[in-house]
Amino acid sequence: MSNIIKEIEKSQMKSRILSFTVGDTIKVSFKILEGDKERLQAFQGTVIARKGSGINETVTLRRISHGEGVERVFLLNSPKVGKIQLIKTGSTRKAKLYYLRDKVGKKARLKDEKHVAGLMEEDAESEAPEKNLEAGEKEVTSKTEEKK
Amino acid sequence: MRMSLFGRKIGMTQIFSEKGNVLPVTVLEVGPCMVVQVKTPEKNSYSAVQLGFGDVKERRVTKPLRGHFKKAGVSPKAILAETRLVPGEEKNYQAGQEIKADIFKKGDRVDVTGISIGRGFAGVMKRHGFHGHKASHGTHESKRGLGASGACATPSRVYKGRKMAGQMGNTRVTVMNLEIVDVRPEKNIILVKGAVPGWKTGFLQIKTSVKTKKTKKK
Repeated sequence: MSNIIKEIEKSQMKSRILSFTVGDTIKVSFKILEGDKERLQAFQGTVIARKGSGINETVTLRRISHGEGVERVFLLNSPKVGKIQLIKTGSTRKAKLYYLRDKVGKKARLKDEKHVAGLMEEDAESEAPEKNLEAGEKEVTSKTEEKK
Repeated sequence: MRMSLFGRKIGMTQIFSEKGNVLPVTVLEVGPCMVVQVKTPEKNSYSAVQLGFGDVKERRVTKPLRGHFKKAGVSPKAILAETRLVPGEEKNYQAGQEIKADIFKKGDRVDVTGISIGRGFAGVMKRHGFHGHKASHGTHESKRGLGASGACATPSRVYKGRKMAGQMGNTRVTVMNLEIVDVRPEKNIILVKGAVPGWKTGFLQIKTSVKTKKTKKK
């Protein structure tokens, strides 16, 4: 990719995004337009996929709402996506948890699910360790720390 | 005045609009173009400026062209092309003058001309989007072919313009009325919404749009 394009993309990207991995449960607050007014809405769900890289990176969240599975895809760098909070961590052996779509109830759980909301209750974004999205190692270490 | 500049395609990316929506944009390197020659109605019976874009080594240029550049006081350029002007306007330009991307503003509409990517001799499925034939049930030797090319005894010929296989791409294509999303004159860069013809690093002509006046103002 050309340097000029990299520069343009960098100027569009957020300086930091909360570190989380597939299997975690996160809460995303995002702006929605109602007529002329803007308000924040939150969506909480399990991260079942993280796709793309750089400015294109998206996250797919899944939750069961009123007995019906709901999935939403968020563009992580979009200005419409606001605060991201880590609610639960969960370990998984797969990068994409599409199999959860076929599971119901107790079978739709993940291993080692653990609430961390207490730890992250304050402004999660400011507490999130500064990280490069590509720095996979850093992501892992920060996550293990949270678990302890 | 319809001014045109020459440039290069750098590539595509996406940016966020003020409302937070994603805009697909093409990054273009536009100019700086040097005026190599000014054509006047008195001398050439039409008015235009000849612009040069893209530096090239002096030994790559023929001797007559070297003299042409030297006369204008401009280093040798890879691309030499003219932009027609309304008679009288050529007085605003002088040989050796530099024209930069800042003649375009954010929100302007432009037409971008380039050479489309060549696909060679392509069949009807690729070239015209025909559906081809069934893969099984007795089909043989014509899975990607066209169906009928016309009627039989009347007119006993194939009409002109019948869509058939042939050369695809590598032709001059103009994409009209593209919106300029951003201009960064210090780096000679403009961002236009949407795609432009050709490959990365391909040469382009960026013109003020002919259809601009017809578009409704919101």
